[in-house]
Amino acid sequence: MAVRPDLTHSGELLRRKLLERLFVVLGLGTLSLAVLVLLLLFGQLLLDGLSRIDWRFLTSFPSRRAADAGILSAWVGTGLIMLVTIIAGVPIGVAAGLYLEEYSPRNRMTELIEITVTNLAGVPSIIYGLLALGAFVYLFGMGESILTAGLTLALLILPVVIVATREAIRAIPVQIREAAYALGATKWQTVTDHVLPYSMAGIMTGVIMGLSRAIGETAPIITIGALTFIAFLPPAPITAEPPFVSFEWLNSAFTAMPIQMFSWVSRPGEDFLSNAAAAGVILMVMTLMMNGAAIYLRYRMRKRITW
Amino acid sequence: MPAQAPETSGVGVMTEPSLLTGPATLKAEARNLSFSYGAARALRNITLPVGQHQITALIGPSGCGKSTFLRCFNRMHDLYVGNGYQGEITLYPDQCNILSREMDPIEVRMRIGMVFQKPNPFPKSIYENVAYGLRVRGLNSRALLDEAVERALRGAALWDEVKDRLEQSGASLSGGQQQRLCIARALATDPEMLLLDEPTSALDPIATASVEELLLTLKQTVTILIVTHNMQQAARVSDWTAFMYLGELIEFGPTKTLFTTPSNKQTEDYITGRFG
Repeated sequence: MAVRPDLTHSGELLRRKLLERLFVVLGLGTLSLAVLVLLLLFGQLLLDGLSRIDWRFLTSFPSRRAADAGILSAWVGTGLIMLVTIIAGVPIGVAAGLYLEEYSPRNRMTELIEITVTNLAGVPSIIYGLLALGAFVYLFGMGESILTAGLTLALLILPVVIVATREAIRAIPVQIREAAYALGATKWQTVTDHVLPYSMAGIMTGVIMGLSRAIGETAPIITIGALTFIAFLPPAPITAEPPFVSFEWLNSAFTAMPIQMFSWVSRPGEDFLSNAAAAGVILMVMTLMMNGAAIYLRYRMRKRITW
Repeated sequence: MPAQAPETSGVGVMTEPSLLTGPATLKAEARNLSFSYGAARALRNITLPVGQHQITALIGPSGCGKSTFLRCFNRMHDLYVGNGYQGEITLYPDQCNILSREMDPIEVRMRIGMVFQKPNPFPKSIYENVAYGLRVRGLNSRALLDEAVERALRGAALWDEVKDRLEQSGASLSGGQQQRLCIARALATDPEMLLLDEPTSALDPIATASVEELLLTLKQTVTILIVTHNMQQAARVSDWTAFMYLGELIEFGPTKTLFTTPSNKQTEDYITGRFG
């Protein structure tokens, strides 16, 4: 009878298994390091700022006295800027990605556009600020306004949204497209009934990634002239007289969370530092809430789609 | 929407006697059809009649061009750039050339349905899967859709299995059910002709048998052109069989004749399993 070779304890197999275990340990190690650093940072912020976070902090304007200062104008500003960014950036980004993926002819021009879009994602944000200062503020006369800030950040997230849209669309199996075409659907019907709905989850991911980046951007907003001390809110979008809606707020001067933090950090004195830390906590919570909403939506959309 | 062809009158009759023994009444006919993917020639000079209300099977080894040939019939190749057709495919009874530049591929696809190799239901409900072809045509009346969906699902022998869960996702069905759902989806728009690209290659034997049985029922009302890897399947379901090899049509004839007394050596080698 032939003897079964002892593979289990042979050096060769043990070595291969060891390599596998080594990678798992390495991966886990680096992952925990990243999470640990984030937790430490957040913990430090909490430690410094938690004592300052209360209802008054959220509902007060900035003040010369650290104890009275709040972030009302900053978080309202950030919220409104994000709103403009979403409204301007997402439709354009999705449409551009859709065009590049589904409609554009394969030629030099398209290739050039693709390369440009990919490179735009790597352009430093201050460059976007300078562009906006020249184009939006002076050339188009939009001034140092919420509109300008929103459009600037929309430009900033555009490449991210475009690339994510293309990736999401590319993930749709060709068989699904062919099924629609084989039933006599036009390209537009295929896109609106199938391609877009099925890639929505991936597109959302890109949008959130872009927004998470945009919400913390400081450089471009400073460049276009965000103020550091604003003791008023933009005009309300809803008015008492007809037509009841007003877009005056778009032209309002503004500040934003990162600007407020930056301004406080650069002041002397411990008190303002805890204000900055408190604002940092709020900003992180805003980002986490945005990400959480996106993850939830993505989960809901994915659940219905299986190929 | 093109006028639905009446099924009793105006059928195409072969005018010139072909070298091949062909079906008496034609639904379509490819004449000197060549096709290339860019520079690569995939089909050479194929002439093949497709009999009305008959099942015509295309067999041949992998890469012989049978799927490519099938996809010419609904201009599927138009979706990708760089493809070129030569020759013509005449669709009866109106004798239009499917491949002509003036012919809108969307119009062709509205008349000729297709079922793919891998079941590809949309990630939508069973109901919406079947209704989609009609929705594409602008039909949105719930009552009409309800009726058409039921008729198509009955036609695809799936109604009894899914009638209580029409709102569930098409992906929740088994593989065989999914393929019948895809057949129902193609049937819902009353196509004149149905193209099937190896419809059972991803299915188990029981699901395969149910699809084959279905095809035999369907041929009373629809002309069927089917690509199959499985020679037994061709022998079981088809009335006519075409053997293709390296982009050419080697032999065409009544299924029984082709499988019992093939006139070509290559056909004989293939069906006896000596190659392919």
